[in-house]
Amino acid sequence: MAVLELTNISKHFGAIHAVSDVSFSLEPGEVVGLMGDNGAGKSTLVKMIAGNFRPSEGRISMDGKELVMHKPVDARHHGIEIVHQDLALCDNLTAAANVFLGRELRKGVWPFAILDYPAMYQRAGEIFRELKSETRPRDLVKQMSGGQRQAVAIGRTMLSQAKIVLMDEPTAAISVRQVAEVLNLIRHLRAQGIAVILISHRMPDVFDVADRVIVMRRGRKVADKQIGRSSPEEVTGLITGAIEQAA
Amino acid sequence: MSVTLEQTIAHKQHGWGTRLLNSQTFWVLMAVIAACIFLSLATNSFATTANLFNITRNVTFVAIVALGMTLVIITGGIDLSVGSVLCLCSMVLAVVMHAGYGIEVGILASLGTAIIVGGFNGVLIAYFGFPPFVVTLGMLSIARSLAMVASNNTVVFQFGPDHDLLLSIGGGAWFFGIANPVVYMVVLALLTGFVLRWTKFGRHVYAIGGNEHAATLTGVPVKQIKVAVYVISALSAGIAGIIQTGWLGAVTTNIGAGMELQVIAAAVIGGANLAGGVGTAFGALVGAALIEVIRNSLGLLGINAFWQGTFIGGAIVLAVMFDRIRNFRQSD
Repeated sequence: MAVLELTNISKHFGAIHAVSDVSFSLEPGEVVGLMGDNGAGKSTLVKMIAGNFRPSEGRISMDGKELVMHKPVDARHHGIEIVHQDLALCDNLTAAANVFLGRELRKGVWPFAILDYPAMYQRAGEIFRELKSETRPRDLVKQMSGGQRQAVAIGRTMLSQAKIVLMDEPTAAISVRQVAEVLNLIRHLRAQGIAVILISHRMPDVFDVADRVIVMRRGRKVADKQIGRSSPEEVTGLITGAIEQAA
Repeated sequence: MSVTLEQTIAHKQHGWGTRLLNSQTFWVLMAVIAACIFLSLATNSFATTANLFNITRNVTFVAIVALGMTLVIITGGIDLSVGSVLCLCSMVLAVVMHAGYGIEVGILASLGTAIIVGGFNGVLIAYFGFPPFVVTLGMLSIARSLAMVASNNTVVFQFGPDHDLLLSIGGGAWFFGIANPVVYMVVLALLTGFVLRWTKFGRHVYAIGGNEHAATLTGVPVKQIKVAVYVISALSAGIAGIIQTGWLGAVTTNIGAGMELQVIAAAVIGGANLAGGVGTAFGALVGAALIEVIRNSLGLLGINAFWQGTFIGGAIVLAVMFDRIRNFRQSD
């Protein structure tokens, strides 16, 4: 059964139709590349899944049940985790502190509950091990490489029983070697049955890691194909409008 | 021999020794200790009970307020109103007690005032997006003016039925001959240190200073915490005001004037970063101590008091310079 299903989703801002009548579904452990030019409606679509916006029309459902979200934290409660483009990390804190930010583990009884440092270091260490990332829980994020920072941001999504991870341009501003690291992180998420929506401008990354590609243009979905049945040339054509609609 | 992923993840990059040598607070503490040793040798008057009693007690007022200020600075804010709030809270205490109420009523009224003032600052900053500098600058003016209104700009030196109790709370030495204000300072510093290091609230204070946007996205209650931080800052000023009233035995409308700058200086010398995200309770005490030792030593060494500002200003710049040098080295 589909873990996430969007049915005839539209979003208007006044007279502007940012997203019109988009439907798609996502299976567990599936990596979907979401592509499109700036202003194609990718961000709006993702923000509706993330709980930032409510759709004007249509429904979003998870495991067959309709989702109603009022704020981003609601999405997290439903098992939707977001890796923001800027990663949303605090440079002055350790990797473990960032992974647990807003969800710190504590021991003891309120008002004497204190932060459980050993448990957080240990769990963060386990997560980095699962991600096969050389990231030390006790290091400050300030001193980390782009790939390690990605691991910290992705590590957050693995704290809870996430079902869907939305990644916004995770490979936009990092070196070639780190891109490979990030794509590996995505494969590790998939291996654990987590569905990933990868928003990206980078064609090679999408064709390297995704199972399916969805292309948006002017608020509409113009393609939804298995990666093996498409090609970078076709996707480029769809993004620019040289090809009107995928075959 | 190959290093496994396991070992890499478990590796601690810095031992506590390296971390100590990298901390601004440690070097300022060393400076304080060196200055104390030098002064003990160079003068007969420094290492006397009376002088040490004086120094420790003088440190406390700035240090207590600096504890609250450190929290504000860690979130990336600033509170310029603390000197005036200290004056207002002292005056509320004095006026209430002078009118014949007991000390409990006086202290409650005084701390209540601090909470209202801090809450006002915090709500404007957190919920209405005012710059902290502007809001607290306004409050600096408002609070002192309200203190004048409350007292009709007179000196209050009679505190009703609990007069003696108030004076002994502030001026006594109940605990092994240590001045009471020093005891309060130590207790408050331990409390602040505990909150910063061991509670979720403390962790979130650092997170807001590090990246406010990230804190919001990860579900940290940023606005509530910001309000709380300004309330704590005002409360620390109020507590210092109450203690100072008991110590001085009189309140005028110019106590705490210009104190905000000393307090900010103490926090910054102690390692708090005005850009946010960095600072400790212990640092606030050490910073306040360095300022006081400088002041005291200039007097003892017979150097003209006009030089005080130069030396304290120099200490601020020097302390931050260490931090800059360290950052340059790291970014290489």
